[in-house]
Amino acid sequence: MNKNILIVGVGGQGTLLASKIMGKCFLDQGYDVKVGEVHGMSQRGGSVVTYVRYGDKVWSPVIEKGEADIIISFEQLESARWLPYLKPGGVIISNTQKIDPMPVIMGKAEYPDDVLGKISALGVQVEAVPADELAVQAGSLKAANVVLLGAAAHHTGIEEKLWIEAVKTTVPPKTVEVNLRAFELGYNCNK
Amino acid sequence: MEKKLLLGNEAVARGLYEAGVKVVSAYPGTPSTEITESVVQYPEIFSEWAPNEKVAFEVAFGACTGGVRSFCAMKHVGLNVAADPLYTASYIGVNAGMVCAVADDPGMHSSQNEQDSRNHAIASKVPMLEPCDSAECKSYAKLAFDISEEFDTPVLLRLSTRISHSRSAVEIGEREERPDKEYVRDVMKNIMMPAQARVAHEKVEKRTEALREYAEVSGINSIEYNDKKIGIIAAGSAYAYAREALGESASYLKLGMVNPLPIKLIKEFAENVEKLYVIEELDDIIETHCRKHGVDVTGKEIFSRMGEFSQRTVREALLGEVLPTLSVEDSIPPRPPVLCAGCPHRGLFYALKKNNLFVSGDIGCYTLGAQAPLSMIDTVVCMGASVSGLHGFNTARGKEQAKKAVAVIGDSTFIHSGITGLIDLVYNKGMSTVIVLDNSITGMTGHQNNPANGLTISGDPTTAVDLEALARAIGINRVVVVDPYKVDETREAVEAELAAEEPSLVIARRPCALLKNVKHKPALEVKKDKCVGCRACLNVGCPALSQVNDEATGRTKAVIDPDQCLGCGVCTYACKFDAISEVGGDE
Repeated sequence: MNKNILIVGVGGQGTLLASKIMGKCFLDQGYDVKVGEVHGMSQRGGSVVTYVRYGDKVWSPVIEKGEADIIISFEQLESARWLPYLKPGGVIISNTQKIDPMPVIMGKAEYPDDVLGKISALGVQVEAVPADELAVQAGSLKAANVVLLGAAAHHTGIEEKLWIEAVKTTVPPKTVEVNLRAFELGYNCNK
Repeated sequence: MEKKLLLGNEAVARGLYEAGVKVVSAYPGTPSTEITESVVQYPEIFSEWAPNEKVAFEVAFGACTGGVRSFCAMKHVGLNVAADPLYTASYIGVNAGMVCAVADDPGMHSSQNEQDSRNHAIASKVPMLEPCDSAECKSYAKLAFDISEEFDTPVLLRLSTRISHSRSAVEIGEREERPDKEYVRDVMKNIMMPAQARVAHEKVEKRTEALREYAEVSGINSIEYNDKKIGIIAAGSAYAYAREALGESASYLKLGMVNPLPIKLIKEFAENVEKLYVIEELDDIIETHCRKHGVDVTGKEIFSRMGEFSQRTVREALLGEVLPTLSVEDSIPPRPPVLCAGCPHRGLFYALKKNNLFVSGDIGCYTLGAQAPLSMIDTVVCMGASVSGLHGFNTARGKEQAKKAVAVIGDSTFIHSGITGLIDLVYNKGMSTVIVLDNSITGMTGHQNNPANGLTISGDPTTAVDLEALARAIGINRVVVVDPYKVDETREAVEAELAAEEPSLVIARRPCALLKNVKHKPALEVKKDKCVGCRACLNVGCPALSQVNDEATGRTKAVIDPDQCLGCGVCTYACKFDAISEVGGDE
């Protein structure tokens, strides 16, 4: 049975590194893996999505509406935008951070209030993670992606030490310590 | 054997390495860029960024004539630029093998159209392979060279966004070094004048038939019989979606070669399944081929010619299955891409906005200047069209209009194909003002060096094109350089050049704010006591600026995110109340 993890956020938040670590970890466990990324124009502050799929045999690199077992969201509004991709019974790991999109900055649209509460009210399991704060605590705001990865790692059935190995071997060598601290903080934040 | 999770593009690069390729030339273009970026890690391969795709193709073709396996890569619209050498290289054939990768972008994630490159393969009569995952990206890249040498033809390798930008497992092999082929002068083969080309065309037609036989029997196109009620013919990403959606409840004819297409194999498959579907993104090429040969298929009646497919597309069209979904009731504001905080293009567009000019736009990050709130681009067509298009527009509308219109074009795009338009404008006595946004890098595709920034693909120093000297050499007397962070100076400079009744080149020069070696000023902040909440600063469209309700006064105030702000100061030009300054300063 294939598992589908959707990673969503705002261009520039480091979603690609998170998916790379996940892909490496699942491949090392002997799964067939596909990781779908989008590069280019949407990187510039737009809504971005990365697909991670693993199992016995994965054909398609994309995850469609109603198919995601886990959504890892780097920003609250993006949790709501990508919610239709969640499978009923799936879980959302969401950063509590809010980033106003340009139409909100311009006063042309409103940022909805209590987004995560509204998603919970639909019966969805939502795990809110103050990833930015925890990342700063780990040593760098940039490690928020690995904090969220840590929080999501619980739901994959893969042992913590194997995740730590994947983080170590995937992140840039200079950032290993910060990222390992970030992973721990994320891993333990909703225990 | 070692297995690695590679992007399709990285897997193509690995295939080039293992196939013994020695020369790679490319112009960056999403989603093809990472092939060439990944080749740089192999010192056995000479790699380069070319000024445009036509040059890249010709360099690779020259190298194959010179006797080594060679390669070029481009996005779908890049093949339009390289179409000229492609169509005649097809007649000439190769010495050592040559392969050209072309990456389509169904759904237009980062493109101005969604043309189907298979049409170029058909029209140029060149074989085209299409992989469905990273493992095939590598194996097809290698196979393409064997086909190239066996059939004496360049070979196209068709990729698409999902294949290029998806990671999947690839077995890593060794490089096979190959002896260079000798170059022997051969007038009949290598010079395409009419007498030779007539002979060559006949050779090409025969070659197509030989390739079609290869498509029938070589195994690159293969049948998998499962349940025979549904038969699917598909290639590349469409095959992956079909296989995902239908599993073993359908039978498949998977096409690895999409030009030329087999006939016998398709007829055999059609006879063995009850209902036959062709699933292909974009044009109806396989479907039309089937019908032409009397095979009844269902295709575009139920599948769109537009956009990207997925397993969902297949599931809904063939099985009528729709998965349940959840959503919140609130309307969710869109999040379009924006110019980054500190982007030098912002200052330029804000300067233009003050005079509400007609702006002939081009392809690059600065195309985002079309987005609200800057909204300062009128037209965007293709690489280089800003300059020639402006000359045409101004010629149509006369001298007074030329004083209210500019072209904007990035440094890399200017080198790609803006220069020829500028020569046209000077030569034919135009008086337009062209602005080069020189940010010292090819930005949108993810920071590639280019001929104007003095660095090669591997970061080695090299001769840089001197844009000012180039402009003067083609006859432009008025060449000015401005710093786009200085909005007023930039606006005044553009005004002066618009007033002049001769052609001008304005170079708005400031490196991309995301480049690692660029130093930034401290973040700015909004002084609450001075901010009146007029929102004028929000009109610069900076993602670091937003507004909050000030609880003390009950009024709306602007606020700057210190983590995003790079201190460029463009917003200070928008504030009439002097409310934006350095953190802690101006007290």
